[in-house]
This record gives sequence, structure tokens and C-alpha cells, in this order.
Amino acid sequence: MKKILVVGMLLVLVLSIAAMGQQTLQTILDRGYLIVGTNAVLPGFGYLDTTTGEYSGFDVDYGRAIAAAIGVDVKFIPLTAGERLTALQTGQIDVLLRNTTWTLTRDSMDLGLNFCPTTFYDGQGFIVRKAEGINSVDDLDGATVCVTSGTTTEGNLADVFRAHGLSLKTQVFADTEASFGAYDAGSCDAYTSDKSQLASLRTTAKVPADNVILPDTISKEPLGPVVRHGDDQWFDIVKWTVFATFFAEEHGITQANVATFESDNPSVRRFLGKEGGMGAKLGLSEDWAVNVIKAVGNYGEIYERNLGPNGLDIPRAGSLNALWTDGGLIYCPAWR
Amino acid sequence: MAKKVASSHSIPFWRDIRVLRVIAQVVFLALIAAGIWWLFNNLQYNLQASGLKIGFRFLKNTAGFPISEGLHYSPTDVNGYAFFVGIVNTLKVSAIGIVIATLLGVIIGISRLSSNWLVKKIAGVYVEVIRNIPLLVQLFFWYFAVMLTALPLVKNSIHLPGAIYLTRRGVYMPWAIPTDSFGTWAWYILGGLIVGAGVYMFRRTQLKRAERPGFPIIWAGTVFILILAAGWFITPGNPLKLTIPVLNKFNFTGGLSLSTSFTALLLGLSVYTAAFIAEIVRAGIQAISKGQTEAASAVGLSKVQILRLVILPQALRVIIPPLASQYLNLTKNSSLAILIGYYDLMNVGTTIFNQTGRAVEMILLIMASYLTMSLLTSLAMNYYNKRMKLVER
Repeated sequence: MKKILVVGMLLVLVLSIAAMGQQTLQTILDRGYLIVGTNAVLPGFGYLDTTTGEYSGFDVDYGRAIAAAIGVDVKFIPLTAGERLTALQTGQIDVLLRNTTWTLTRDSMDLGLNFCPTTFYDGQGFIVRKAEGINSVDDLDGATVCVTSGTTTEGNLADVFRAHGLSLKTQVFADTEASFGAYDAGSCDAYTSDKSQLASLRTTAKVPADNVILPDTISKEPLGPVVRHGDDQWFDIVKWTVFATFFAEEHGITQANVATFESDNPSVRRFLGKEGGMGAKLGLSEDWAVNVIKAVGNYGEIYERNLGPNGLDIPRAGSLNALWTDGGLIYCPAWR
Repeated sequence: MAKKVASSHSIPFWRDIRVLRVIAQVVFLALIAAGIWWLFNNLQYNLQASGLKIGFRFLKNTAGFPISEGLHYSPTDVNGYAFFVGIVNTLKVSAIGIVIATLLGVIIGISRLSSNWLVKKIAGVYVEVIRNIPLLVQLFFWYFAVMLTALPLVKNSIHLPGAIYLTRRGVYMPWAIPTDSFGTWAWYILGGLIVGAGVYMFRRTQLKRAERPGFPIIWAGTVFILILAAGWFITPGNPLKLTIPVLNKFNFTGGLSLSTSFTALLLGLSVYTAAFIAEIVRAGIQAISKGQTEAASAVGLSKVQILRLVILPQALRVIIPPLASQYLNLTKNSSLAILIGYYDLMNVGTTIFNQTGRAVEMILLIMASYLTMSLLTSLAMNYYNKRMKLVER
């Protein structure tokens, strides 16, 4: 499947007359909808409910936010880890929102991609069976670890085992379901991925309570939206849509009160489009930020809806994903 | 005569079939060239437009990802070597798969023509069931339903006599590993092979001259084994050492281990391809007229002799060409390995392009690798086919 898709995308690269470059926004407006590449099998981040056909999740909400900023509909395309970068490079999607880690290689001229602000600070960890009595990475010497191909995790895994001088056996699969399925069936001693994913996958295990996520975090995994090189205006729009959700939370603007929100704070007034002409600078309407909050709410609301106690239950307080005023890294530059 | 010349002059070149043929070929060639040029140009343009550059320098960069199957490899090796490990793994599963599929296919193909009702029906059901279920589904069946469900966890593995363990991690069995004196013994192996081949040739010509059937391979094999045994006792120390799998904290170590993915892939590919080979063998045998069988049995040949000396040599001419394409299919189908976690060249190749982002280059390399393998297999099979062809005198 994957092979066919990648070859297909390359064929597009061979056959199509490029419609890329400086006009992503215009292309989207002409088309009438935004195309977002996302995950379809990761509850909490990007998940396709096959009974309703509706997408939900943290990344999906950001896709809706960007569409709201422009004022168009949104269409989601499910992608595997291996397909996603090629899909973006070849112009199949306008923005990639699929728990993609920000790395130098991906952000460089080498791959021709730009990373927008991080929406979720993650780190790679391990899930193991409780009964095995494994308490840390060092207990994994000689273990077989299941991994999903096409991610940064394979490299991180090799790095950490090398650094700790441990011996390692791995099994690589094309998709997460097969990979985690093999772990769950006992083919591997551990499964490794970003911790948020582990929390999500744990809920799909045969007996979730029999599995435990190790406390060790072995890598930095800042996740956020990705766009192509070559269109700075579009890069700015996606970047500031993310910042808008940060800004709104910092200033107490929520989905419920944004329509009637009143303030004397000049930067909040600029945010609400009442002065400053901020929308025109991005090529958007003046109330674009208001529309974003109306559609999905502020950062805290998006987090709560998908990753809070009713969702994946990933604690936010004290983590890097808290607002900067609470000691986290969620920080919006000056709105002026 | 004069009239003829005049008439050939009177045909304008656009109605002269010989000229038209040449023109058609030239136009066809020009169209293909233009098409390729257009595609290539487009690729260049689009790559440039999306800011990508083609280059193979990344093959010399450190791979940094693990591979747990095949040749000795560590994450500090380069991408190029990692890809090579993948190629060797593909060759390994394909080569063993081809041998198993051929043996199984020939047995089932012959069974389909058996006069025993039960054997005939079983072979028929095998072919119809296996041939009509997609390979991907069968691979998932072998991997998830058989290997990961029916087999036990490592800690309560099935223990077969002779220290063979069946577990969800794979099959573990004792295996002889070479020791320091293996190098000396290797010369006896080489010598045994050469002498064995000589005996085979000699015996074959002898039998041919006497116009008698026989098995020259038995003579050759006996000589080979005798030389090996002599070498074993002459060489100081044991050239091979037996290691037995032992259960550690997580898994067995020592001995030979066949990973679950490898076993599932091998079973899936062999069982699937065997069904097609069985049909090819059956068709080949049925292509030989019944009169030959009757004539052979009238001469007094036994059933096995009829098959070995009369039917198969002639049937092979019909069997080999389609058999070759089944071998190619098996090799190419092995690229489904990634779905059940076997490190074949497709799996390693995709990992490399995910790590480096070099999709165009890696897909080209993967295509070139499969093409080379297939062409070499074709070449070998064509050579064999030529040798087996009916020599007309």
C-alpha cells in the first residue's frame, strides 16, 4: 500500500507541472478548501471514526483552526509515517499535521520543509508488560523492541542502546497497528514511540492495565505543523494561527467568550481585529484570529478536549506544554 | 522487366511499404525518446521547484538505525551497507523460498494427476484454496494467526526433541558454528566438490554409453561425503562446534534462530507460489501425449521410471518458461515483507528514505535492485531452458 502511494507521489512529481511556489493561499481560496495531511489511527491526535467518518484529535483541531483563519472548509487526508513528508513535498497537501518531529534534517534545504511553532512537546519512551519487572531502559538489555518505520524513533532507539551499552533486537513494521499488535501479542518485549502515542496505544491494548509506560524519556520530540519551503506568506499564516491559540489562552479568551470579548489592552484589541490591521499583513480578514478561537477554542481548550482527563489523560501541569506563565514552553511572540 | 522497373519507380515513397515501415519505426522511436525526455525534464523542473536535489552522497552517511536480521551490522555502519544487508535478506528468503516452492509444487502437481482419489482431491483443494486468496492476506494469516497466536510465549516454549524450541519470537535450534580449524577443513570441502563433480560426469557418460538409466548423483554424493569425513578426522581439533539455544532473561541465545517474520514470510511465499508451480507442472505433464506413457509401460518401465525418464524430460520444456516467471514473482512478492516486519530490501530501503528524506533516489535504487535480481534469474532460467530444449537432429 505504502509503496504504491509513495511511487504514486513520485509519479506526480514526474508528471505534474508544478503548481507550487508563492501562491498556496490563492490556490486554497480558488479550490475552496484546505487539504491537511494527518493521522487516522492515533486517538487523541488524529483519529478517523469509521462509523461517523469524522476526524478528531489535537492535530485535527489545528487543521480546523487554519481553515477557520482563511475562512474555507477543510479536508483531511490520512497518511502513514512514511508517506507524509513526500506528500507535503509533492504538493498533495497544504499543511502536514501528523505528530511530526522537528529535526534539523527535515527543516533544512535537504528536505525543503519549514516547521511551524511546536504545539506539543513530546519525548520518546517505552511501553512494557508489567509482569516482566522492567523498571528502566537499563533493564531492557537483550530485549526485542517493536518499532514503526518512517519515524525518528528507529534512530533514537539505536542511539540510546548504544549510549547505554545495551544489546538490542528490533522488529520494524510499516504501520503502527501491526507494530503495536506484534508487541501486544508477545512478539516483542517492548514497544517504543513518542510517549503521547504510547498513552494513546495503551488504550487499544488487549488488557490496557497489564502494560506500563517506563518513566525514561530518551529523546526530544517537538511536534507541530509543517509546510513546504518557498511560500513565506503561507508559512506565516500557519505559524500565527498556532500563536493565536497560545495568545488566546494567555489572555483568557475562550471559544465561549470570544464573540463578546472586550478589553482595553492594545495587543488584545489588535488580536480581536479591532485595530492595527494585523489581518491584512497576513493576507487574511481582520477577524481571522476571532474565527480561529470560535472554531476550536484556545490552546488550553484544544488540549483539554483531546489530551485532558476525558481524552488521553496526559497531565499538562508542570510539563513543557504548560503556558510560559506556568513554567511551560507555550509562548506567543508580540502581537503587534 | 522494363515494365517492372518503371512500376517500382512510379510508386511514390509514401505508398512504398518498405519505406513506410522504416518511417513508422523512426516515428515510434522519436515518440518514445520525446516521452522520456519530457518526463525527465518534468522531474528536474518539479524537483527544482520543490527545492529538492538528486544525489547519492547520503549512502555514505551513518545509518543510525538498527537491523536485527542477516549479516553482521551495527547502527554505526553506513546507509549503503544497511541497504546491502537488506538485499542479502531478500536474496536469502527468495532463494530458500524458491527451493521449497519448487519441491512442494512438483509434489502437488504430480499428486493432482495421481490415480489415488484422496491424494488427487487433497492436491486439488490445496491449489484452489491457496491460489484464490491474496498473498497479503496469507502473510497476515501466517504471521498474526499462526506465529503470534498459535505459538506460545518465550517462557513456555514448545520443546521438540533435539533442543528445538518453537516460540512467538521464532524457531530456535542447535547449530554448528565454525571454529579456528574450519579454514583447513574448507579445503576438503572444495576438494570434495571438485572430485564429486568429476565422478558425476564420469558416471554420467558411462551410463549414457551403456544406454542405461541410473543415478550418477548417488556415486558423486558418496565420494563427497567420504572426502568430508576423511578431512574431519585429519584436521586437528573439530572444525565445527555445536551450540545449543539457552533461555536468557528475555530470549534464547546461541544456536540458530529463525525469526518469526522470516518464518512467516518464507512459509507464505513458498506455500503460495507452490500452488502456481503445481498447476504449471500438471499442465506440463498433461502436455505429453498419453501414448508415450502407454508405450513406456509396454516396454516394461515402472511408474517412477516412466515419470523420471520419459515424461519429466519432455514436460520440462513446457514447464521451465512459466516456472521462471513464478520464480520472479516470488522474489518480487517478497517485498511485502515490511508488512510483517522482515528486514528485506524494501523495508530497509524505506527506512533509509524516511531517515534521510531521499525518496526519489531510494525508490530508484530499490527498483534497480529488483530489476537486477529478476534479470539475473531470467538469464539463468533461459540458459537452463536452452539446455533442456528438445535437440533436433
